[in-house]
Amino acid sequence: MSYEHRKILFDPIVDNNPVILQVLGICSALAVTTKLSTTVTMCIALTVVTALSNAAISVIRNHIPSSIRIIVQMTIISSLVIVTDQFLKAYAFTISKELSVFVGLIITNCIVMGRAEAYAMKHPPLPSFLDGLGNGLGYSALLLVIGAIRELFGSGSLFGYPILPLDRDGGWYIPNGLLLLPPSAFFLIGMIIWVVRSWKPAQVEQPEFRIYHAHRPEVAS
Amino acid sequence: MSAPEPDSAVPASSGESASRTLLVTFVVCLVCSVVVAGAAVLLRPIQESNQKADLIGNVIAVSGLLKEGLTEEQALKRIDARMIELATGDEVEGIDPNTFNIVKAGKDPEISTTLTRQEDVAQIRREPRYLPVYRIVGDNGDLKRLILPVYGYGLWSTMYGFLAFEADLRTVQGLRFYQHAETPGLGGEVDNPKWRAQWTGKVLFDDHWKVQVEVTKAEIDSSTPEAQHQVDALAGATITSRGVENLLKFWLSDKGYGPYLAHLRHERS
Repeated sequence: MSYEHRKILFDPIVDNNPVILQVLGICSALAVTTKLSTTVTMCIALTVVTALSNAAISVIRNHIPSSIRIIVQMTIISSLVIVTDQFLKAYAFTISKELSVFVGLIITNCIVMGRAEAYAMKHPPLPSFLDGLGNGLGYSALLLVIGAIRELFGSGSLFGYPILPLDRDGGWYIPNGLLLLPPSAFFLIGMIIWVVRSWKPAQVEQPEFRIYHAHRPEVAS
Repeated sequence: MSAPEPDSAVPASSGESASRTLLVTFVVCLVCSVVVAGAAVLLRPIQESNQKADLIGNVIAVSGLLKEGLTEEQALKRIDARMIELATGDEVEGIDPNTFNIVKAGKDPEISTTLTRQEDVAQIRREPRYLPVYRIVGDNGDLKRLILPVYGYGLWSTMYGFLAFEADLRTVQGLRFYQHAETPGLGGEVDNPKWRAQWTGKVLFDDHWKVQVEVTKAEIDSSTPEAQHQVDALAGATITSRGVENLLKFWLSDKGYGPYLAHLRHERS
């Protein structure tokens, strides 16, 4: 794999993470991260859809009339999502039951549409495929961190295996119920963005406006 | 779009592009529909067997047979599924209880009836005319346990579950919800094994066969005779708890399995 390709694949994981830097795909990050098993399934589903939709759209990019390009992208993405959902229902029945509508909602995930429009429409199939894969992995990396924190401290387990013995089963750990509710994922994503931007200041956005100090100090006081 | 490539910027207004637009639309739709339809058709048998296995797995789980040391296969042999007509309590032939879809039946106007506001204790709006029941039979064919599908609305979702009675048709062997979308950690605890265990041994009818069940927030005093009808509510989930109480009241009433249960009692006395 050439340097270029590696860069396309691995850049979205930290340096250009779709969730951390571009703040896309937040809704599903809140919904599916209460348990690691659902998180992993969702990550795989989204990565597969993004990679394949990018590749498919890239193959026909020169034939898509620009007036209907969004609808064509949507059609391809939703077909892939439905197929993925059908596969989950056939081969991962219990998890697909827990994920319920969220697999279907991959259609509306901004990452998939965003990569199709921003990358696959302008690049050949292989780089587009890698770009989709990379962005899927970037999304997955963040979701797995959040899922691990939420399940460990919210239910005291990882992948359903008890790690911290819960007080209701005779252990010492009192689970934090907030972590099982969607807002906690917001707080966690916020904190992760904070940490990553302190580590890589290049990701900090320019302020849109600046508050100037008053020239006459007596006005301000 | 700011693509520098010339071929991606075909002007949309030219005559050539209108027919091309239609052609591209047609081809994309055709390919996509073949892919989607193909996946749906090819995977349907596996999905259906999953659903069936899931349903019967829940029946086995609530039956308490596994706790008695039976394997799933042995337990499966003990289960005798029948379809009943709720209004009369009679068994009906011609519908396969193993493929009957309770969720769909509750919405299909062909085989369900609308409930009035007063009747609709469990908030399910429509009630199917027929439902499957699962009888657990002993070695000599006598009824050992009876498993009834029950459902009703909680806080966010309709909760689907099974209620298993002992042979006396009033003592609970188990209550289990297999499908719901209540808040994880709060109402979602309806499927917590510890909360479920509370139900075992509770009595849902009084001596005159009136439904008697209460999911209560108050401390349960086990010395009173009411304690056998009372179950501790879920912490932080008042509405889900009330939903469970209501759905039991509904399904055990004359609108629900009342007539069927009366038949069974009559047969046995």
